[in-house]
Amino acid sequence: MNGHLLSIHDVSAQEIVRILDTAESFREVGTRVIKKVPALRGRTVVNLFYENSTRTRISFELAAKRLSADVINFSTSGSSVSKGESLKDTALTLQAMGADAIVIRHSSSGAPLTLTRWVKGSVLNAGDGTHEHPTQALLDLYTMRDRLGRLEGLRVAIVGDVLHSRVARSLSFALVKMGAEVMLVGPPTLIPADAPAWGVQVSHDIDAVLPGLDVCYMLRVQRERQRQQYVPSVREYARRFGLSRERAGMLPDDALVMHPGPMNRGVEIDSDVADLPRAVIEEQVTNGIAVRMSLLYLLLGGSGPRAAGGSAEEAGAVRLPEEVATGA
Amino acid sequence: MPATRLMDEAEVRRSITRIAHEIVERNKGAEGVVLVGIAARGDDLARRLSAEIGRIEGRTVPVGALDITFYRDDIGIRAEAPEVHETRIDFDINGWTVVLVDDVLFTGRTIRSALDALVDFGRPTTIQLAVLVDRGHRELPIRADFVGKNVPTRKDEDVRVALREVDGEDAVSVVERVMSEPGTKRVRA
Amino acid sequence: MPEPVLFRGARVVDPASGTDDVADVLVDGGAIAPSSGVDATVLDCDGLVLAPGLVDLHAHLRQPGREDKETVESGCRAAALGGFTAVCPMANTDPVADNAAVIHEVLELARAAGTCDVFPVGAITRGLGGEEMAELGEMVDAGVRLFSDDGRCVPSARVLRNALTYVRAFEGVVIAEHCEDASLGEGGQMHEGLTSSSLGLAGQPREAEEVVVARDLAVARLTGGRLHLCHLSSAGSVELVRRAKAEGLRVTAEVTPHHLVFSEEDLLTYDTNMKMNPPLRAGRDRGELRAALADGTIDAIATDHAPHAVEEKEAEFDQAPFGTIGLETALAAVLTHLVEPGELTLARAIEALSTAPARILGAGDHGGPIEPGRPANLVVFDPSADWVVEPPFASRSRNSAFLGRRLRGRVVHTMLRGELVVADGKAQR
Repeated sequence: MNGHLLSIHDVSAQEIVRILDTAESFREVGTRVIKKVPALRGRTVVNLFYENSTRTRISFELAAKRLSADVINFSTSGSSVSKGESLKDTALTLQAMGADAIVIRHSSSGAPLTLTRWVKGSVLNAGDGTHEHPTQALLDLYTMRDRLGRLEGLRVAIVGDVLHSRVARSLSFALVKMGAEVMLVGPPTLIPADAPAWGVQVSHDIDAVLPGLDVCYMLRVQRERQRQQYVPSVREYARRFGLSRERAGMLPDDALVMHPGPMNRGVEIDSDVADLPRAVIEEQVTNGIAVRMSLLYLLLGGSGPRAAGGSAEEAGAVRLPEEVATGA
Repeated sequence: MPATRLMDEAEVRRSITRIAHEIVERNKGAEGVVLVGIAARGDDLARRLSAEIGRIEGRTVPVGALDITFYRDDIGIRAEAPEVHETRIDFDINGWTVVLVDDVLFTGRTIRSALDALVDFGRPTTIQLAVLVDRGHRELPIRADFVGKNVPTRKDEDVRVALREVDGEDAVSVVERVMSEPGTKRVRA
Repeated sequence: MPEPVLFRGARVVDPASGTDDVADVLVDGGAIAPSSGVDATVLDCDGLVLAPGLVDLHAHLRQPGREDKETVESGCRAAALGGFTAVCPMANTDPVADNAAVIHEVLELARAAGTCDVFPVGAITRGLGGEEMAELGEMVDAGVRLFSDDGRCVPSARVLRNALTYVRAFEGVVIAEHCEDASLGEGGQMHEGLTSSSLGLAGQPREAEEVVVARDLAVARLTGGRLHLCHLSSAGSVELVRRAKAEGLRVTAEVTPHHLVFSEEDLLTYDTNMKMNPPLRAGRDRGELRAALADGTIDAIATDHAPHAVEEKEAEFDQAPFGTIGLETALAAVLTHLVEPGELTLARAIEALSTAPARILGAGDHGGPIEPGRPANLVVFDPSADWVVEPPFASRSRNSAFLGRRLRGRVVHTMLRGELVVADGKAQR
C-alpha cells in the first residue's frame, strides 16, 4: 500500500479487498478479552483534529491503542492549534516529535495533501472539507460486505446533501470501484452537476428508487448550510427525502439502512427507522474500529514508500478525474 | 529449481500418527489437552492430529487456529505489512494443556510470537510444541516437544510443506531459495 | 545623460512600423538616433531580438500598505528584468489610490527607483466601496489615464454608467473592469467544473464573469465610453467581446500569461500558486483565449502580477489568497508556450505585450515605433535561452505559477529612456 490514505483514489479495488479482509482479523481481536495486539508497539500515532469530532477521533484512538501504538491527541480546543498556529508549524512540531502516522481531520479540502509536504510519517485523511472521508467509506463497504456477502452488483442509494458531503464522495467512488451501482438521490440543488461523470446515476424521487435497493444510505442534513438556501426549508426537505417509517417499509426485506452519523432523528431519518434491525448504524461504528486498525496496520506495518520520506505527489497519490469515471 | 523430496504422502501420514501417539503418551491421555495450529498449514495439521487422537483415545480434542502476524517481530521491516490469516480459538485456554502445532520449525521466531499471542488469550497450565519438520538454525532458545522429522538444511534453502487441504497433495521438499525482493517470499521465520 | 549605445545586428521586431528585420539600432541622448558616426558602446545582438519595451497594463505593486509583499522599487526592478519599460500598478493599495495624494506618492517612489515608468491606476470608486465615484478629475490632473476598482467589480450598473460618462470629458481616459459577479462567485476557490468537484472545492462558474462582461458592454454601449476588460478567463466572455467590437463599441480586453498557459487541471495537487482570480478554467477556455489573442479580439497581454507573502500562500488551499507574480516570467511564458509552438507570431506577441497596451494607455513614449527621434524604451532578449523559474526573484514574493518550470526566452537588456536599467540580464539599479 501507498504511504498515505488521502482519498479513495489512493487504493485499488484489490487493495480495498485486502483492507477489508485484514479488518476481519481485527474484528476478531475486538472479541477477545485482551483486545490488544503488539503489532504497532512503539509507534506514535497523532490525532490532529481541527474539527470537533468525538466519535471519529475515539474510533482512531481505540484503533491505534489496540495495536499497542502510543496516541497523541491534538485538537482545536485548548492547544496551540487554536492560537492561530499555522498548519505548517503544527506539522513541523509533530514531525519533530517523531509521529509515525498523523490522522488529520480539517475543514479545508486538500489540507491532508498539503500536510504530506511537511511530514515524513503516513497521513490518514479523517475528513477534509467537502472533499473526502475515505475511512468512513471503507468501514461502510465492510459493513455492506459483512451483511450482504458481496459488493459487486449491490444497488446503493445515497440520499441527501451530496454536494457538501465528503462521505458521499468517498463512498460513491469506492462503490463504483468495487462494481456496485450507485444512485444519488436528493433535490437538484444538492447533487453536483457533474456527478454522472463519477459513474453514478441521479434521481430526485426517493419513492421511485426505494423498492430496488440493497442499501439505503442516508446523509445528515446540514442545517448550518440552510443559510445559503439550497432548499426552501428543512421541513420541505424532510417531507420529500426523509426516510420515514412508511418509506422504510418500501425497501426490500433484506435491504440495509445506513447513516454515517450523527443522525438528526426526525429529519433525514425517523427515530423508529433508526432503531429497526435493518438499520446497521451501530455496526458501522464497531466496524469502524476494525477497519481503522486494518488501515494503520497496513500503512505502518511495512517499510514501504513512506519510509523514503516522500510527499504524496511523489508516492503517486494524486489521481485525475478521468480515473474516477472508469473506477480504476 | 531442483527440489529434493524429503517426505511423501505415506511418510507424512505416519509422522502425524506417531506424533498423535506421543502427545497422548506424554499427557497420559487426551484429557485437558487442546490443539492450537499456527496459521497457515499448522491449523490443518492440528485438525489431522485431533482426528488421529480421536481415533486413538475415542475423545474429541478441541482445535483452534492462531494467526501470529500481529505478534511478529519484523513488522515495519519488510516492504509490505505481512499477510494476515484467521484466528479462531473458541474455547477457554485457562488451565489447559495447549499443544501448539506448526509445519516447520526454523529460527523459532514464529513460536515466540505464538507464545506471546497465546498468553493474551489466557494462562494455560502447559504449552507444548509439535512440528512436522525441524530444520535447525534456531535463533532463539525454543525447542519442539514432538517432531515429525529432523532435517538438516542450509540457510539458503527453503523447506516447502504441501498439505492436501491447501496444496492438493501431502509432501515435504527442500528447495534452493531464489534471490528475490524481501517481503515477496513466503519465508517462515 | 547616458552614453550612446549601438545595438548591433539584432532582429528588430517593431509592430508599430511593421518591421521584422535584422538591423543596427543607435541610441543617443535618450532617443533613437539615425545611424551616423557616433562613438557608441557597441552591444553585439547577434541572435537576439530587439523590440519596444514591454508595457504592463495590470500589476499589483502593493505599496503603500503591504511593503512586505512588494514595493514600487522591487516591483519596478522585477518589471525591468522582465523586459517592461512601463507598468500600471492597480489602486487596491492601503490606503486605496482614490485621490491625487496617493497617486503622487506612487509616482515619486517610481521616479526614485528609476527602473521603469509607472502609470498608476486610480480607483473608480471611493475606497473601492463601489458606491461613490472617486475624484477622477483630480487624479487625471495628477497623470492618471486608467481607472479601475480591480480586485472587485463595480457592483452597480448606475455607478459604472456615471463613471464611463464622466470620463468622456477627459482625453484618452479608460475605465478598466474586473468582471466578477460577487453573488455567483462568492466562496469560489477555483473554476467550477469536474476538477473542483473532485477536489471538493467550491467553484466559480464562468458565468460569474460573463454576466458582468455582458452588463458592462451594454453600459458601454449606452454611454459611448471607453471600456477595458481585465484578465478575461472565459470563452463566453471572448465571444461577447468579439460581437461588441464588430458592433463598433470602444472596448479593449486583456489576458494574462497564466490564463494562456494553465487550466483547472493544474490545480489537482491543491497548489496554491495556481489559485487565481479569475480562476484557471477549462482547456477549451484556454484555447479560445489563445485564438482571440491571435485574431486581435483580445488586444493585450497583462500580467496581473499579484505578490503574496510566503506564509499566506503556504496555508490550506481555501485560506490562501489569490494570485501569482508574473512580471519576470511573462515574456518567456508567451514565447515558450505560444510563439514557439506556432500558435502566435512573434510580431503579434510583441504587439500584445507592448504596442497595444501602450496605445490603450495612451503612453506615447512606449510601444514603438523604433524610429529616430522616438524615446529609447527598448528590450533586447534571447529567444533561445533556457532557464528554470526559481528564487531568488527580484520581486519580494515567490508565488509564481511557473515555479520550478523550464522556460525559453530571457531578457538581456532593458533600456529606459536611453539608460540601460538591465544589462546582460542584471539589474543596474
